[in-house]
Amino acid sequence: MRRVPATLWIGAALSLLFVGAALLSRVWTPADPTGMNIAARLKGPGEAGLLGADQIGRDVLSIVMAGAWTSLGIALTATAIGGAVGTATGMAAAAGRGGFERAVMAANGVLFAFPPILSAILLGALLGPGAGTAILAIGLFMVPVFARIARGAALQVWSRDFIKAARMAGKGPVRISIEHVLPNISAQIIVQFAIQTGLAILAEAGLSFLGMGVAPPNPSWGRMLSEAQTYLSSAPHLVLAPGLAIAGAVLGLNLLGDGLRDLTDPRRGQAA
Amino acid sequence: MRKLRYLGRRLAGLLGILGIASLAIFLLIEAAPGDPAQIMLGTGAQPDTVAALRAELGLDRPLPLRYLAWLGGVFTGDLGMSYTYGTPVAELIGQRLVVTLPLTAMATLLAVAVALPLGVMAAQNPNRIVDSLATAFSQIGIAVPNFWIGLLLILGVSLGLGWFPTGGFPGWRAGALPALSALVLPAIALAIPQAAVLTRVTRAAVIEVSNEDFIRTARAKGLSRRRALWRHTVPNALLPVVTMLGLQIPFLISGAVLVENVFTLPGIGTLAYQALSQRDLIVVQNVVLFFAVIVLGVNLLVDALYILLDPRLRGSG
Amino acid sequence: MLAVESLRVTFRRDRAPPVEVLRGVSLTLERGATLGIVGESGSGKSVLALSVIGLLPRNARAEGRVLLDGTDLLTLSERGMRDVRGRRIGMIFQEPMTALNPAMRVGVQIAEGLRVRRGLSRGNARTEALRLLDRVQIPQAGRRIDSYPHEMSGGERQRVGIAIALALEPDLLIADEPTTALDVTVQAGILDILGDLVADLGLSLILISHDLGVIARLADRTLVMHRGAEIEQDATERVLRRPGHDYTRTLIDAMPRRARATLEAGRA
Repeated sequence: MRRVPATLWIGAALSLLFVGAALLSRVWTPADPTGMNIAARLKGPGEAGLLGADQIGRDVLSIVMAGAWTSLGIALTATAIGGAVGTATGMAAAAGRGGFERAVMAANGVLFAFPPILSAILLGALLGPGAGTAILAIGLFMVPVFARIARGAALQVWSRDFIKAARMAGKGPVRISIEHVLPNISAQIIVQFAIQTGLAILAEAGLSFLGMGVAPPNPSWGRMLSEAQTYLSSAPHLVLAPGLAIAGAVLGLNLLGDGLRDLTDPRRGQAA
Repeated sequence: MRKLRYLGRRLAGLLGILGIASLAIFLLIEAAPGDPAQIMLGTGAQPDTVAALRAELGLDRPLPLRYLAWLGGVFTGDLGMSYTYGTPVAELIGQRLVVTLPLTAMATLLAVAVALPLGVMAAQNPNRIVDSLATAFSQIGIAVPNFWIGLLLILGVSLGLGWFPTGGFPGWRAGALPALSALVLPAIALAIPQAAVLTRVTRAAVIEVSNEDFIRTARAKGLSRRRALWRHTVPNALLPVVTMLGLQIPFLISGAVLVENVFTLPGIGTLAYQALSQRDLIVVQNVVLFFAVIVLGVNLLVDALYILLDPRLRGSG
Repeated sequence: MLAVESLRVTFRRDRAPPVEVLRGVSLTLERGATLGIVGESGSGKSVLALSVIGLLPRNARAEGRVLLDGTDLLTLSERGMRDVRGRRIGMIFQEPMTALNPAMRVGVQIAEGLRVRRGLSRGNARTEALRLLDRVQIPQAGRRIDSYPHEMSGGERQRVGIAIALALEPDLLIADEPTTALDVTVQAGILDILGDLVADLGLSLILISHDLGVIARLADRTLVMHRGAEIEQDATERVLRRPGHDYTRTLIDAMPRRARATLEAGRA
């Protein structure tokens, strides 16, 4: 019986907190996250709502909760798409080798040259800003990340004896990949999924900070920070809440990923 | 000799990747809505005036020809004219580079200056206070968005202590000191996440190398712990740290776009983002390619550095 | 010159009771003599060597006495121990592949001790390193001195390891499985060099091996160890010819037949 690492507990708790807040925001928030209330304008925490009110009197806690839905939604979708495409191509590269593998690695090199914000700027020129552009830009960046990890892990599995046995039994590369390789690399992919979702939240926050994320009035943590810039000295609480939300969610997912890795790979756990 | 051939092969691969990347950028921008001539002349312009300008800009030529013309321009430094600024794009990028380059360089230096000693100290004192602090710093530093750090620095240091400007850039003509002081807070904001990642990698690498047999050999010679650490452990632990520096370049560039925005610095990131909102697509096209060249170029540099650090990669003599 | 008296070493462990790896081992070694220590892996041979040179891992604790010319090394400070390592005791490790710094030219690695501990100039240290490479019979030492470890064969690397251990002219050498990782053809060369050093320089040698054949070739006395304890200790000839213990007999029986035949021939 292995001891569950503390990082896993803390990470899981933090991640659950944000997922819970996001889900809860669909049915209940303390106030309407889009409802103006001029009387509560720029009021501090406690004076109007638990976390205060913003420049047009909206309840900050409610926007942060609703922002969790936006942020996690975009991050999870982008990571799921990028992760699935990346893992599949990485596994295919490991199974196919040769020219196909080189082509996949070259494509990865091309994608790696486009940091998420740049591809969002580029895609934004074509598609205009919005959630779809953000998901596409972040997802594209995730593809080479997952492809590299999946290929590396899959190559190791391919060199093992039970794969040779499966080939002797006449199984084709696709079937071996799905039946034998995927189950053996899934732990590493899941760990990466948690960590990369955290990075995707950071990227999404950056995009909406620049006005390239979801369109208003949909709440978003990045845009809250962008709007708070104007009121930096008069209402600092507007800067704190969304920033802490972003940092908390990313920290939670990172710890969750690290904890899962320690749990599945004891050798790394000791070194870390 | 062999290392030169290896680097040559890498350079060829990089040029191939850049070719594909430039084609992708070109096609995406071509497919984007909006006629540059129309944008330059405004919505009230006469159709024949627009057509004349299109001809002047060469926009009426066939697609492959325009792509080749652009690539040719990239090599000769003629990137075309900005639709909104009315100045050559190459000149615009040059003007902005004198902000972005020092900013990212300062941030990288700062990150390495913090991460290397911190990571080494943490590795040398496992489970002690330094180690816990370093671990906490790297976990939190990775999670915190750098533009938020920027906002907090403005709030606490600029507005609170009145130490550095809240934003803007006086230009290098105003003197090195005012220019550098305008870059201090942005560089710190940009450096913290980088330092967090590097601290983590340094710590892990130093721990791993410390357990190598050759460290025991070094100690058996009568070397002090300190000398064995700096002469034997750290040089061998630098490899993964350098690799991570290369892998971090996309994040450094993304971060620069955001931090320049927070501190209203006239850098390349701001240029790209403003060009997008003004639909100055020729600027977008060139800036994105410029960054792609930087990302790939730095990674080639990292490879070269790698060969310098690890004699095993130099091939047997 | 060296006397180890009831040495006990225990390792602390996370979330588990400490383990005792050495359970009170004693030995003596005269100047110019060679002591073989034999036992299977995990018998505590290497831990014994590391406690003599004071390089046990942090979680280890040593009790008893390790007397080098009357000084108890276990009571020495880290600084005091640094004067013993290299200068009084040189150590040769098992894995020539990993025991050398891959990022440093071998000449520099040999010269390093001389530069730091003796304060030799770069040039003098290099001349001395060259002499040491000759001493361990590296052909074309003048060219090989600027090689990196990966450019050398396993046997050459182990010779470099010996040169490093010899650099500060210690009077005791500890060789921990010096030939285990090498091809059989290369092993003999390394053992010959070690034998020559003892004969020419009057060094004392502790030779650790799991291979009785290796021990038989060089050691005057042999200590048989099993699970951290001494099984028997006597003149090598006596131990091999009339093993006083069943465990020693199993070790002899486990040797390849040809090696055993050589041994038998030696007895006759």
